[in-house]
Order: sequence, then C-alpha cells, then structure tokens
Amino acid sequence: MAYPSMLGFQDATSPIMEELLHFHDHAMIIVTLISSFVFYTITMMVITKLTYKSMLDSQEMEMVWTALPALILTMVALPSLRILYLMDELNFPNLTVKAVGHQWYWSYEYTDFEQLNFDSYMIPTQDLTPGQFRLLDTDNRMVVPVNSPIRVMVTADDVLHSWATPSLGIKLDAVPGRLNQTALMTSRPGVFYGQCSEICGANHSFMPIVVESIPLDHFEYWTHSMLNNA
Amino acid sequence: MSDLVDDKLRNYRTAPFDARFPNTNQTRNCFQNYLDFHRCNKALSAKDQDTAPCQWFQKVYKSLCPVTWVEKWDEQVEAGNFPGKL
Repeated sequence: MAYPSMLGFQDATSPIMEELLHFHDHAMIIVTLISSFVFYTITMMVITKLTYKSMLDSQEMEMVWTALPALILTMVALPSLRILYLMDELNFPNLTVKAVGHQWYWSYEYTDFEQLNFDSYMIPTQDLTPGQFRLLDTDNRMVVPVNSPIRVMVTADDVLHSWATPSLGIKLDAVPGRLNQTALMTSRPGVFYGQCSEICGANHSFMPIVVESIPLDHFEYWTHSMLNNA
Repeated sequence: MSDLVDDKLRNYRTAPFDARFPNTNQTRNCFQNYLDFHRCNKALSAKDQDTAPCQWFQKVYKSLCPVTWVEKWDEQVEAGNFPGKL
C-alpha cells in the first residue's frame, strides 16, 4: 500500500499491473538516457571555447537524428501496444461484482446466486482502532477469491465517481446510467486500498475502496456469514 | 434439448462473455438480457410452453445489472410504463 515519501508504484497484485510496472521501468530508462544526453550536449555547446564559422549542413547528421528517434519510439510503442492488447483479452470470469458509487460511499453487489449487497463507508478518524489506516479503511471490504478471474462492473447512483485500486492497476469511471466492465485477478491474498478518483462533492476524499483477496473456501464462508448477518 | 438447458442453468457461474458486447460499456448487455427475459416469457407463455429456458436471461441480467436498476424496471413493468418494447 502507499506509504510516506513513496517514490515508485505500489507492489503489483495483478498480472497487468506487473506488466505496467516493468513497462514504466523500461520507458523511464529511455527517458533518463535521452534527458542526460540532451543535457550533456547543451552544456558542452554552451561552455565550449571552440567555434566553427563555416557550418552549412550535414546530411549524415540529419539521417541519424531522424532515424534514431524513430527507432527509440518504436522501442517504446511496441511494449506499450502489447500491454494495451493484453488488457483486452477475454478473461472468462468466475464471479461478477458490482461496485456502485454514491455520495459518499461505495456499495458492492454479489448477485450471481444470492442477493448479497452491502455498503462500504470510510471509518471516521475518531473511530479508528489501533492498526487501522486513516482515510483508507472501511467498515466492509469488497472480498474476492484469490487467483480467480473476476468481472467488476462499476456504475454510480448520483454523480460521477471513479473506482481505483493502484495495486491492481485498475481505475474505472463510475458514470450514472452506464455500466463499465473490467477484469480483475489478484495474484496473491491480501488487502488492497484505493480512493475515489473523480471529484464528487464534499466528501470525495473520504470514500475509499478496500479489496480483500482470500482463498476460495474462506470466500464461501464469508459470503455465507454476510448473507446471514444481513 | 431441455436437458441441455437444465445443464446450462445448473452449471451457471456468472454471465459469460457475450460477443455482441465486447467493449467496456456493458449497459446494453444488462438491458438486452432484461428485455430478452420478459420477451421470452411472453412468447413462450403465449404458446403455452414451459418458460424454464427464459431463466438463463434472468440469471444473466441479475448478475450484470445493478439491483436499483432492476427494481426500478420491475416497478415500471408492473405499472405499465416500462420504456422498452416487451
């Protein structure tokens, strides 16, 4: 999860996020090399005492500084497109969860078999128990089975919201009257936090998202207990 | 034929991929299955046939559609002012 003075991404929990992380590393290296080269070149040109007064043209130079950037751009574009298409692969889900944004909380619906739905409110700061995270923890979490392809449908009840969990590499706008679909797969069990990512009023910063990923038999026990307690 | 239908209903996990709706926006997928359920019921009852196969559409729309949408549409169907053609 996020921590103070953090510089990079959160640890990836889904295969797509892993790919995005590696792509970011790759693109960052290229960007750093180009920037250092440009900075060095400019510095050298500024501080040099040499002059050459009969500069006209250089066809060879023009060829190089056209072909080389084109090659570098290809090296960035190809992995990027690969990930783009990977995201669109069919994932044949085992479960559908609906996340509905309201002002100012999320509600989750699991209606494949029984009707399980519940609200997920942020825990107010004064009610936090030791170990809980300020502005991130909620009373009920969206629980999913680990290592299982899941379809998440995001919509909203009133105004625009956005369902985001950085660790899973997901951000999906919640639009009233529209049902947006994404694929989710947690590679490891754990608790993953996110926050509403579209301005939605006074408490926009206080409607976080918590996804808890657990083994399948525990998930079945959880659904039973939630249905019984409802 | 009805065995195949029963098998499909029994082995139902969640709404499968529908090639008619391949993209992110699944609004129409939910609405279409709701319409198809009601139309299927209407068509099969008119011919005095068993409406069990229509349950497939019901399972799919219950999986996909938000509960509030379904409740609102059910009220509209009951009141006779549902905007879709049933």
